[in-house]
Amino acid sequence: MSVKSPISSVNDFVVRFANVNGSGSASANELFARAILRHGVPVSPRNIFPSNIQGLPTWYEVRVTEAGHLGARGGVDMMVAMNPQTWDKDVAGIEPGGYLFYDSTKPIPSSKFRNDITVIGVPLTAITNSTYTDPRQRQLFKNIIYLGALCALLDMDPKLIEQLIGEQYKGKEKLLSSNVHALHLGRDWALQNLKCPIGLQVKKSDRVGDRIFIEGNSAAALGAVYGGATVCAWYPITPSSSVAEAFTSHCKKFRHDPETGKAKYAIVQGEDELASIGIVIGASWNGARAFTATSGPGISLMTEFIGLSYFAEIPAVIMNIQRAGPSTGMPTRTQQCDIIACAYASHGDTKHVLLFPEDPAEAFEFAAACFDLAERLQTTIFLMLDLDIGMNHRLCRPLKWDDARQYDRGKVMTAEMLEEGRDFGRYLDVDGDGIPFRTYPGTHPTKGSYFTRGTSRDRYARYSEEGAVYADNMQRLVRKFETAQDMVPRPLQANAGKPTKYGVIYFGSTAPAMDEAIGILEARGHHLDRMRIRAFPFHSSVASFVADHDFVYVVEQNRDAQLRQLIVNENGIDPVRLVPILHYDGAPITARFIANAIGDHQDHLKVTPLRKAVS
Amino acid sequence: MTYIAKPKFHHPGLKKNELGYTHRDYEGKISTLCAGCGHDSITASIIEACYELSIEPHRVAKISGIGCSSKTPDYFLGNSHGFNSVHGRMPSVLTGANLANRELIYLGVSGDGDSASIGFGQFAHSIRRGVNMTYIVENNGVYGLTKGQFSATADRGSKSKKGVTNTDNAIDLVAIALQLGATFVARSFSGDKDQLVPLIAAAIRHKGASFIDVISPCIAFNNHAGSTKSFDYVREHNDAVNRLDVLVGRDPISVDYAPGTVQVVEQHDGSRLALRKLDADYDPHDRLGAMTFLQKHAAKGQIVTGLLYVDPDAEDLHTHLNTVETPLNTLDEQALCPGSAALDKINASLR
Repeated sequence: MSVKSPISSVNDFVVRFANVNGSGSASANELFARAILRHGVPVSPRNIFPSNIQGLPTWYEVRVTEAGHLGARGGVDMMVAMNPQTWDKDVAGIEPGGYLFYDSTKPIPSSKFRNDITVIGVPLTAITNSTYTDPRQRQLFKNIIYLGALCALLDMDPKLIEQLIGEQYKGKEKLLSSNVHALHLGRDWALQNLKCPIGLQVKKSDRVGDRIFIEGNSAAALGAVYGGATVCAWYPITPSSSVAEAFTSHCKKFRHDPETGKAKYAIVQGEDELASIGIVIGASWNGARAFTATSGPGISLMTEFIGLSYFAEIPAVIMNIQRAGPSTGMPTRTQQCDIIACAYASHGDTKHVLLFPEDPAEAFEFAAACFDLAERLQTTIFLMLDLDIGMNHRLCRPLKWDDARQYDRGKVMTAEMLEEGRDFGRYLDVDGDGIPFRTYPGTHPTKGSYFTRGTSRDRYARYSEEGAVYADNMQRLVRKFETAQDMVPRPLQANAGKPTKYGVIYFGSTAPAMDEAIGILEARGHHLDRMRIRAFPFHSSVASFVADHDFVYVVEQNRDAQLRQLIVNENGIDPVRLVPILHYDGAPITARFIANAIGDHQDHLKVTPLRKAVS
Repeated sequence: MTYIAKPKFHHPGLKKNELGYTHRDYEGKISTLCAGCGHDSITASIIEACYELSIEPHRVAKISGIGCSSKTPDYFLGNSHGFNSVHGRMPSVLTGANLANRELIYLGVSGDGDSASIGFGQFAHSIRRGVNMTYIVENNGVYGLTKGQFSATADRGSKSKKGVTNTDNAIDLVAIALQLGATFVARSFSGDKDQLVPLIAAAIRHKGASFIDVISPCIAFNNHAGSTKSFDYVREHNDAVNRLDVLVGRDPISVDYAPGTVQVVEQHDGSRLALRKLDADYDPHDRLGAMTFLQKHAAKGQIVTGLLYVDPDAEDLHTHLNTVETPLNTLDEQALCPGSAALDKINASLR
């Protein structure tokens, strides 16, 4: 088979594993990614999985990136094709000059290959079957055997993989030694029968530093533990379930009284999302820090309660791990498609605070911050994650906590304050910031009680249908939202190396692809100032950023340019000034996509400057 | 309803309970329901039960959904926090509140539309979780605020005020509560305060999911001939299996009872329930027996009332979750935050 200039690259390539869901490949593939990290080389892995338990195709993609580009790249340099169902598509997806790794136990007709790639056959099934008799062992160890072969082909240090296996099976000697044995079976076969290494190679480096490798959902759950959440109510929904599951395991580790063994938390799996948010609101009303985790369909169900939280001013934290909608949509694919649904959730005039973390480290910080914000602002705070951050391991800075930090429990009137004769009006704006005081149930025998309701009431929580009373309250809620603007994480701005008339706004999981795209665009001569929005309501700097540029690209992962709509709507900006760059096929956005879309637009501008055309 | 404001003053000689509170201390705002509404009688019974139990009024959290019944928490225990939440969602809000602070008394007030129609699921799940609460359904078989539509507890064959016959089968919330493991189940009638007050008192003292279905005729829309939730119909078909006295503290059991007619049930908190049997065969400790008894009598058109089932050694959700005795809402950073040293270890494990 003729090979056209095989790709040669050290520490910068993409390996994609095509597997069958439920075959136990996930742990071997993750081991591969971790092993590369142990070489000091950053990786960015992504699970591409079906909404299925067993049998459907699943992929695991590992981007090896010494330069530290953690967004998806697009394209595949090496395909580990372990799934006959997707063979044709998998082979077709390899970059010219790339590599195909497959199980050569059974002959495959030459028409099934390509002549512009390097084909590497390893008789995995034959090796496995001659070594193991148990069917489950055969399946699991086949995965470790291909890992061993890859170790030889990519010139990886087997000791580093052994070390990882040792950590994984600490105390389980039998499993440990049999995994190491399988690893060497594959490696030895490759060394004896194939030309090793190939053009793609992993060389030791020092680019990982002290960074950690964690999934966003786990980090957000840990943020909830550190942020003092004591009540979690949830209903299983992909891709958010692992938030509650991680919260459960973190709590088991950190939240049991050492003496009594009793739990300093309560987790309830609700019968649906309505019950979950109801429990959160009941608990928060009663002074506990409570949260739920869900995804789009859950948000739709929760909206009535979200309106209650807004209007009756009850704290709540909702972690929304976004997936592709509408309706059931694509449950296992990523999008940033609930921006409008969350910002304006529920009937009537409502507005809600949204936080947009870019990675697990920020998910941890923002999750903890959500509880302070919810209690300070007495309203719902959304932590807007997505599947890409939530369910993939991401390399990020270590998590940090300041031990001097105290929880901001917000304006709570205590029995002592009531005794002093402080005037308590549940909806009284005493400080001019729109935020009233609240009391916890059971505070004082004769003072400070009130009746919470979703109906209109006056400043002292007395039922009222008077128009002026209603409007007074609604205006105070606007003031409160203005107060929120300066409490939420501010946008981060980075200016281009050269003065430029163009800017770009982006948020959340788009960040790593955007950072990489900036480099590509600069190489093409396009310079852009950047702003990463981290929260809604928008800080005033968002409007000034738009005002300071002729055009601002708004990059997001949905069809309808939802963040752009929100910016236009909330700041009264001429929509023409904001150019949407939209990616919404369910796969994570890539630097290549952004650079091409913005680059093409910029090239077009050079032909006919839009500024002249519209002026 | 009356529009005359309730006077603040009261007779100086008004009787006081053990804590020194008068009846008035357990009252709330003036009711805005129709004159003669059964719900107002239930409100009066709740006030009476709380007074008699000498509960500190502010230690009760009153939570309701939406509807006529759900408005009533504003009309009793004016020094308690109340929460008129979302239609059909009282049970989840109450569950959350209960998780946050296990030391308060949780009184859930709901209606038949709120609990048997829109909130049927939440009703069921709060019962199966064993939330420590007193869940009262003020059951009139009709939607009052929206003017007379049938609810899911309306009996098949009963007639609406407009003359429409209900063709759907009725949901019996008591039967469902029994099936789902409620550890205190009772039914009563708003027109029978003597029966209702001790049932509410016993339910409050019960540690676990207590459910009371109170038939409460709707004066405006469901009190006509052909209704099976009218005052006349319920009086005629009421089949009380027992009468109850709640004994707390060191009260001796009254000597008035004829020997053999009283069964004493001691609840987990030390309160005793003295049950005067009206039906010699009825055993309130037999869940299966209670379910059969209810079905048989329902088939005969009878409304069985009284304490239908009690498990004096009930467990609640907090027991199941093994939560600390200290209310979760009082735990601070010290108790909740693992701190930076633990985080450093986590970081190290993720490299």
